[in-house]
Amino acid sequence: MTDIPFDAVPERLSSEPSYLEEHTITSWLFTKDHKRIGILFATSITFFFFIGGAAATLMRLELVTPYANFLSPDEYNRLFTLHGIVMVWFFLIPSIPTVMGNFLIPMMIGARDVAFPRLNILSWWVFTIGASFTVYSLIAGGVDTGWTFYTPFSTMFSNSHVFAAAAGVFITGFSTIATGVNFITTIHTGRTEGMTWFRLPLFVWAIYAVSVVMVLATPVLASALLMIMCERMLHLPIFNPDTGGDPLLFQHIFWFYSHPAVYIMVLPAMGVVSEIIACFARRTIFGYRFMVYAMIGIAAIGFFVWGHHMFVAGQSNYASLVFSFLSFIVAVPSAIKVFNWTASLYRGRITFEAPMLYALGFVGLFTIGGLTGLFVAMIPIDVHVTDTYFVIAHFHYIMVGGSVSAFFGGLHYWWPKATGRLYHEGAARLAAIMMFFGFNFTFFPQFIMGYAGMPRRYEIYPPVFQIWHVLSSAGASVLAVAYFMPLFYLGWSLFYGERSPPNPWRATGLEWKTPSPPPKENFLVPPRVEHGPYFYHAEQDPGDLTEIDTGR
Amino acid sequence: MNQLFPFPPEASLESRGVDMLYFAMVGVSFLIIVIVFGLIVIFAWRYRAGSAALRTRLPAFFSREVEIGWTLATLLAFLGIFAWAAGARQVHFAPPENALNIRVVAKQWMWKFEHPSGAREIDALHLPMGVPVRLNMTSQDVIHSFYVPAFREKQDVLPDRIVTLWFTPTELGTFPIRCAEYCGTDHSLMDGEVVVVTPAEYARWSERNGDRGLPASGAQRFAALGCAACHAARSGIAPRLAGLFGSRVRLEGNRTVVADDAYLERSILDPRADIAKGYLPVMPSYRGVASSEDVSALIAYIKSLRAGGKP
Amino acid sequence: MSGASFITKESWSDPEQEFRASFGMWVFLSTELLFFGGLFLAYAELRSQNYEAFAEAGKHASFFYGTLNTFILMTSSFAIAIAVGAQERTDIKLVRFALVATLVFGFGFLIVKGLEYHEDIEEHLIPGAEFPSGMPAAQMFFALYWVMTGLHALHLTVGLGVVGRVWLIARRAELPENFHRTLEVSALYWHLIDVIWVMLYPIFYLVGRST
Ligand code: HEA
Ligand code: HEA
Ligand code: HEC
Ligand code: CUA
Ligand SMILES: [Cu+2]
Repeated sequence: MTDIPFDAVPERLSSEPSYLEEHTITSWLFTKDHKRIGILFATSITFFFFIGGAAATLMRLELVTPYANFLSPDEYNRLFTLHGIVMVWFFLIPSIPTVMGNFLIPMMIGARDVAFPRLNILSWWVFTIGASFTVYSLIAGGVDTGWTFYTPFSTMFSNSHVFAAAAGVFITGFSTIATGVNFITTIHTGRTEGMTWFRLPLFVWAIYAVSVVMVLATPVLASALLMIMCERMLHLPIFNPDTGGDPLLFQHIFWFYSHPAVYIMVLPAMGVVSEIIACFARRTIFGYRFMVYAMIGIAAIGFFVWGHHMFVAGQSNYASLVFSFLSFIVAVPSAIKVFNWTASLYRGRITFEAPMLYALGFVGLFTIGGLTGLFVAMIPIDVHVTDTYFVIAHFHYIMVGGSVSAFFGGLHYWWPKATGRLYHEGAARLAAIMMFFGFNFTFFPQFIMGYAGMPRRYEIYPPVFQIWHVLSSAGASVLAVAYFMPLFYLGWSLFYGERSPPNPWRATGLEWKTPSPPPKENFLVPPRVEHGPYFYHAEQDPGDLTEIDTGR
Repeated sequence: MNQLFPFPPEASLESRGVDMLYFAMVGVSFLIIVIVFGLIVIFAWRYRAGSAALRTRLPAFFSREVEIGWTLATLLAFLGIFAWAAGARQVHFAPPENALNIRVVAKQWMWKFEHPSGAREIDALHLPMGVPVRLNMTSQDVIHSFYVPAFREKQDVLPDRIVTLWFTPTELGTFPIRCAEYCGTDHSLMDGEVVVVTPAEYARWSERNGDRGLPASGAQRFAALGCAACHAARSGIAPRLAGLFGSRVRLEGNRTVVADDAYLERSILDPRADIAKGYLPVMPSYRGVASSEDVSALIAYIKSLRAGGKP
Repeated sequence: MSGASFITKESWSDPEQEFRASFGMWVFLSTELLFFGGLFLAYAELRSQNYEAFAEAGKHASFFYGTLNTFILMTSSFAIAIAVGAQERTDIKLVRFALVATLVFGFGFLIVKGLEYHEDIEEHLIPGAEFPSGMPAAQMFFALYWVMTGLHALHLTVGLGVVGRVWLIARRAELPENFHRTLEVSALYWHLIDVIWVMLYPIFYLVGRST
């Protein structure tokens, strides 16, 4: 019979012991199994997400009134710094790559494990220790520089624990780099027979692009942090204006890292969403190759737009023009992706399980966030709205509305595969819908007050903005509830959820060709791949095995 | 500005263009969103599982055409938007002639303003309506950002650098100033207000608060600070300052600049920034030596020197 | 499915594994380069703005020690290259010898660096109150000097550990079959350390000479 992708797993595999068999603590903490390491990362970043969320909650509470209520200005400044640092470096950047990347990449390319399993578990240890250290210093001591560490404030004026925080972020950088090196090598050398580059699922491509950015961008941040640490600890003047230091130098180095970093935060989300949409639209991704080129384009051009964070910082007008121009260019591939996702629904057979709801939510919110990205890429508008809540809203739309939704989408999509259990569909859909509305409720008001001139990093603000802040805070509480829900119904499913079949969504892709949960080595023997991904049309006309590789 | 939508008034020449650009862009985005969301909803309904809709596969060439089509379309749209925005900014590149020059000193957490007349104020800035204003700003500690929402203008103020910002107020009234770059504990309280009055009123105001003797006191400080030592009538070491103001100065590296207020201030605070042609860079920096009052006075003095005058 | 596509190859090929280590190392080297890249960028930017000061400060950097170390490190790199070559010709004696040479030169570099640092400290070339040069910007030159050379010395120390380990393995009676891979990867890293130094040398030890 023909090899249509969603039929049963061979008995030989089903009888294998699952990767969850062993229960000792050490079997987890010192495992080399990429699947277990993925789970370990999941627990760490979930923890950090709630820390960052708690900070956000406190901030939103404080911002209900224009005055300082229960937080002193210094405490508030420490809070948004903690929030920014934790959410960016300890939650969103590692989120999809280290959790789903680790769990899925080897399975998706038909490998036994990642290229360097030992390096992989080391990466988790480094991450968890470094991040915990930072979070401790952020909570116990406190840092008030904002996540951007601008000099000379951070080097000469802030009398908070900048050194500790910088050191912690510096250390976790090693983890990011290790993960990146590991994935690049894995994808280059681990692909099973027949898994050609253009048969890779888009998720693999996304992780590949992201890994390259991680490997090339993270060290630059490291050097910037190192210089800050040296200046603070050893009093070596590097950014010090009194000795002729350039006050903008740090900003250039920081954004040279941090703009690529924002694509580290969105590319994996794009990968996840592509998988989900293809599966629940029962159709191949429209323009697969263009999706690939788009991701590569984003990763590459993303390195040359950092100056758009510095339009009013004092860089030359001409530099600003160039960076503005490149920001528009880098937006084109994103546009292509949005259009392709939409077109992938065309002539599909669409169902709306929770993962699909999250994915559609991503497309919508990413579009809004991206479009407002174009606003701030226009110099005259940015001059007015930079460092206001307009920017805050811009990036929360993409990072929270977009990337975090995609993370939850992927979590639900691969949950049965990872745990072997099914969750309560109704609860999941409810949470997805609440997140969507709670989110817009929280952040849309911020566009309005942003354009009205409400600066960011303000605890005490002009009373005219109060109603918008109140709305935002109200929304945030809805959001908080929505984010708590999965904790409960997913936790419940772990113990009482009914057992999942190997392929509950009847999805294509090698990860679905093993039992749920998968056996230790994923496959007994390396599978052979005979066609491109997203083979869903074979459902309708079996025997149609032509490559669905549009756009050639 | 109304309570529900607290949009600041358009109180400067520049603000109009910014708002137009903004609301045009809101329109474009709205269009995009309607299209994208619209299609998603339509497809989601039409192609929901079990609906009786045509689902045969698309010919391969089709998708390629489409891809290239909308890639180019988007590219063009973006280039158009960029060109518009860039054009709108371009007009703002060249500093206005005969602008009113005001020195701004930012420090945690206050704004100090010094008018040409010598009038000084803190956290308040009086400006004449309809006159182009040029702020020569510097910070004494961290980076701050001078932001007047009503003018749609913002500029970071850097330590040990002189950055300039120019605009033309077009409305009478008082408009809030805010610090937009995070600068520590009281960042959110580092505000002030611009008071735009008629030119006549402004003249009277600066008359009242300025001091006539500024150039004179500048002359004294010029001696006291030892400038005279080098800039004395015909000591070959340093260029003559008489008639310098407003003239074109040739600098090392064959650049030329117009010696305006900002240039004078820079020459005093960091002389190395631009070296007058034919002279050695021996002039010491007076940053930290000359108080901000000194600098204002010196500038006033140098401006008062007509060509052929003493130093 | 009747396992159609499952019964093809019996197990994962291990030539893959061979190739992986050096591939991974190459990727890692790109990281290292960009890490120093950030610092080089800082140097370039600050020098462009404080030209005289940097030239003046460069005169204080010890040309002699710098040059000596450049030779030492180059030689060590050459030595490890020999080790790799000898390994291909399975001349294990020469491998061991070349590795020892590498280690010796490596330590030599550190010793010379130590002497140099000592001299610098004697001359108070540490940014701060009693820094000799009148030009404040000269202090930035030395700030970067300490950070970058220090960081390089740190890398070299790690490198010594790596090469030392290879040497210990090389001394065994019979070598593990993946030995050549271990050697190649370590050699790659050692070369990187050399390359970085070759970039540091001109910007710290020659700027003073150029003017
Ligand atoms: C995941 C994170 C992420 C992503 C993907 C982006 C994507 C983009 N960002 Fe954003 N950005 C941030 C996170 C992100 N950003 C953060 C965290 C900050 C603030 C940091 C700080 O200061 O703390 C920031 C700040 C920021 C600034 C500086 C604002 C300021 O501080 O003054 C700018 C300016 O140009 C900018 C631009 C853009 C652009 C042009 C894109 C583009 O890539 C967007 C492309 C997407 C689209 C354009 C939408 C889809 C397109 C279509 C549907 C096509 C149809 C449209 C038309 C034909 C018009 N961003
Ligand atoms: C990628 C990451 C990310 C994520 C997911 C979020 C999530 C959220 N952010 Fe964050 N945000 C940033 C990245 C992110 N943010 C960054 C980089 C900045 C800039 C920082 C800076 O200026 O330096 C910022 C700044 C920022 C500000 C501006 C602060 C200021 O400038 O003054 C605000 C204000 O509303 C805000 C709100 C929120 C809210 C309501 C959420 C919500 O989505 C959070 C929802 C989650 C929860 C609510 C978790 C539930 C847990 C609890 C409720 C715990 C309850 C326990 C107690 C309260 C003890 N964020
Ligand atoms: C050590 C000698 C010396 C002293 C003291 C000195 N200057 Fe100068 N100044 C120079 C030299 C030499 C130049 C030309 C090179 C340059 O542009 O830096 C110069 C240039 C200038 C210029 C720019 C003139 C032009 O044609 O570009 C101004 C304005 C100026 N000085 C003002 C002052 C003031 C005000 C003081 C005192 C607070 C002062 N100088 C003290 C030597 C000196
Ligand atoms: Cu000054 Cu913020
Ligand atoms: Cu950016």
